[in-house]
Amino acid sequence: MKASSDLPSIRYEISGEDDGAILHLYGAMDASSAGSMIRKIVPLIKDRRPATLEVDLEKVSYLDDFGVLVLVELRKTVTQWKGGFSLKNVGDEAKETISAVHFDAFEEVDLPFVRKYRPNVFIRLGEAMFRHISDIKYLVGFIGSVFLSFLYVCLHPKSLRADDTILYMQKTGVDALPIVALISFLMGLIMAFMSAVQLEQFGANIYVASLVSLAMVRELGPIMTAIIVAGRSGSAFAAEIGTMKISEEIDALFTMGFDPTRFLVVPKVIALVSMVPILTLFSDLFAMAGGLVVGVFMLDLTANAYIEQTIKTLKLFDVFWGFVKSGVFGLLIAWIGCLRGFRVRGGAASVGEATTSAVVSSIFLIILSDSLFSVILRYWG
Amino acid sequence: MERQPIISVKDLVAKYGEEVILEHVSFDVYDREIFVILGGSGCGKSTLMKHIIGLIQPDSGRITVDGDDISSCEETTLQRVFRKIGVLYQSAALLGSMTLAENIALPIKEYTNLPDESIDTMVRMKLNLVNLVGYEHYLPSQLSGGMRKRAGLARAMALNPKILFFDEPSAGLDPVTSSELDDLIVHLNRALGTTMVIVTHELPSILAVAHRVIMLDKRTKGIIAEGEPEYLKDYSQNPFVKRFFNPRAEGKALA
Repeated sequence: MKASSDLPSIRYEISGEDDGAILHLYGAMDASSAGSMIRKIVPLIKDRRPATLEVDLEKVSYLDDFGVLVLVELRKTVTQWKGGFSLKNVGDEAKETISAVHFDAFEEVDLPFVRKYRPNVFIRLGEAMFRHISDIKYLVGFIGSVFLSFLYVCLHPKSLRADDTILYMQKTGVDALPIVALISFLMGLIMAFMSAVQLEQFGANIYVASLVSLAMVRELGPIMTAIIVAGRSGSAFAAEIGTMKISEEIDALFTMGFDPTRFLVVPKVIALVSMVPILTLFSDLFAMAGGLVVGVFMLDLTANAYIEQTIKTLKLFDVFWGFVKSGVFGLLIAWIGCLRGFRVRGGAASVGEATTSAVVSSIFLIILSDSLFSVILRYWG
Repeated sequence: MERQPIISVKDLVAKYGEEVILEHVSFDVYDREIFVILGGSGCGKSTLMKHIIGLIQPDSGRITVDGDDISSCEETTLQRVFRKIGVLYQSAALLGSMTLAENIALPIKEYTNLPDESIDTMVRMKLNLVNLVGYEHYLPSQLSGGMRKRAGLARAMALNPKILFFDEPSAGLDPVTSSELDDLIVHLNRALGTTMVIVTHELPSILAVAHRVIMLDKRTKGIIAEGEPEYLKDYSQNPFVKRFFNPRAEGKALA
C-alpha cells in the first residue's frame, strides 16, 4: 500500500515567522513514517519558503537513516531558494546516526543519479554488428574445435569419456523413448484419422497404411523426434554448460589441462548422433502402430493387410534416408546446445536466454536442413 | 544488565533425510548483541542459521524470533519475521539482472512509501554506508567479490532490520577487506543497535566482533561451548575448543 493515509499518522508542527520557520517533529522517524513525512511536510515548506528552517528533534523518539533521509529532503528543499537549515535538540543516539551516514558532508551523495547514457541508434547498430561478427567468429571457431576434438578422439579412442557418453546416451535416448513413443503413436493415429476421411470416399482405405508409413518414415518421424530431443536434451546441454561456465567449472577444466570441447561436447554429440536415429526408428514403428489401430478398428482392415501394405509401400532407402537425416539432426542439436552454453556470460538470466535460444535455433536448423535434404533428394535421388 | 532474548532456539533437531545434523540444540541471542555461531566445516552452522531465518523447518523444537514462532509454518508469521531480519548470504545473492541501485531499491520500494527521488537518495545513503557510492549502475557481475558482499550487506540493511544474519561474511575476502567488513559490522551494531548473528570460522573476525559465541561440533551434533570468545580462548577445558582458538600453539605442542 503506497497511499500515505494507510500508514501510521505522523505528527508535526510548524511555528515561527515567514523568514525563520521552526519545524517540530514528533514520534519515530523510520522506514514506516519517512515516506509520509516527506510527502506531507516538504510541500508545506515549499509553500512557505522560509528564509531559514530549524528542525527541532526534541520529541523524536527514534531516528534511523530513513529519518535522516527526511532531514536530507528538507535541507534540499530549503537550499532551492538558498535558505538556511539547522537542527535543534539532537539526542545523542540521533547524533551518532546522523554522523554515521555523513549527513554534514552529504553534498556529493545528495546529487541525483547520473542516469546511464543511452547511445543513439547508429552506435547501437554498430555494436550489434560487432556482436554478431564476434558471434559468427565464435561459431566458426567452435565448428573447428569440435572437429579437431573428434579427430583427436578418433586417433586416441582412449581419450573418449566413455562413461559420460553412455550416461548421455541413456539420458537423451532411453529416457526419451516413452515420450517419443507416445507422441508418435498419437501422430500416427491422427494422420490415419485425417486421411481416412478423405480416402474412404474413394474406397481407398488400404492406402491409409501407405500414407502413414511413408509420411512418418520419410519426414515426420525424423522431424518430430528431433524436435522432442531438441526440447529435452538441447536445452539441457545449454543450461548445463552455461551453469558450468558461470560457476567457473569450465575454467577449472581448462586449467586442469582438459580441453573443454573434448570433455563436454564430444560425448554429447556422440550420444545424440547415435540416439536420435534409433529414436526415429521407434517413432516410425509407433506411428505405424497408431495407424494400424485406426485401420483395424475404424476402417475394417485386417491387421495383416495393413502390415502387408506398409511393407509394400516402404523401400529400404526411405528408412535409410530417415536414419541419415535424423543423425544429422542429432549432430545439429548437440552442436547448437553446447555452443549456446559456451556463450553464456554473466548470471542466471543469461543461462535462460541460452536455453531458449538453443531450442529455437535447433528447431530452425532442423527444418532448414530438412528442406536441404528434400532438395538433394529431388535432384540426386 | 537484564537483557531480553530476541532469538530463542529450544531443543532444535535438524535432519537431512535420515541423517541427523543437530540434536537438541538450545540457546538464546540477546537484543543488540553480536552473536557468532562457529565450528569446523560440516558441523551444521549454516543449517542452524537456515532454520533460524525460516528457510528450513525444524524436525522438532521451537524457534522464536522477536516473539514470533518461526517453526509454526504460518505464512503470515514468516512474512512478519522477514520484515525484521536481513540476511547477507555467502555469495551476496544480488539479483544478477539488476544493477546495484535496483537491487538495494527493491525492498525499499516494496515496503515504504517514499517518493522515487527519495528512494534514489536513500540508495545513495545505503551505498555510502558500505563505501560503494559511484557504483549504482554496475551489475553485480561487474564487481569484485568484496564489493558484491558490501552491496549485499547494503541490501540486507535496506530497511534497517532488527536482526542481521551473516553467512560466512569473510569467505572469499582478503584480510583487509574482511577486517573492514568486521569494522562495519561493529559500527552498525553500535550506531543502529542491530542484533547480529554471524556464522563463521574465521578466528580473527570472531575475536574482533563477537560479544558471545556458541561452538558446534560434528561429533556431538550440538553445542560444545558457549560464552565470550576471550574467555573461551583462555579458559576452555574442551580440547577441541582450545585447539580452535589457539591453532598455532597446538601445532607447536605437537611438533
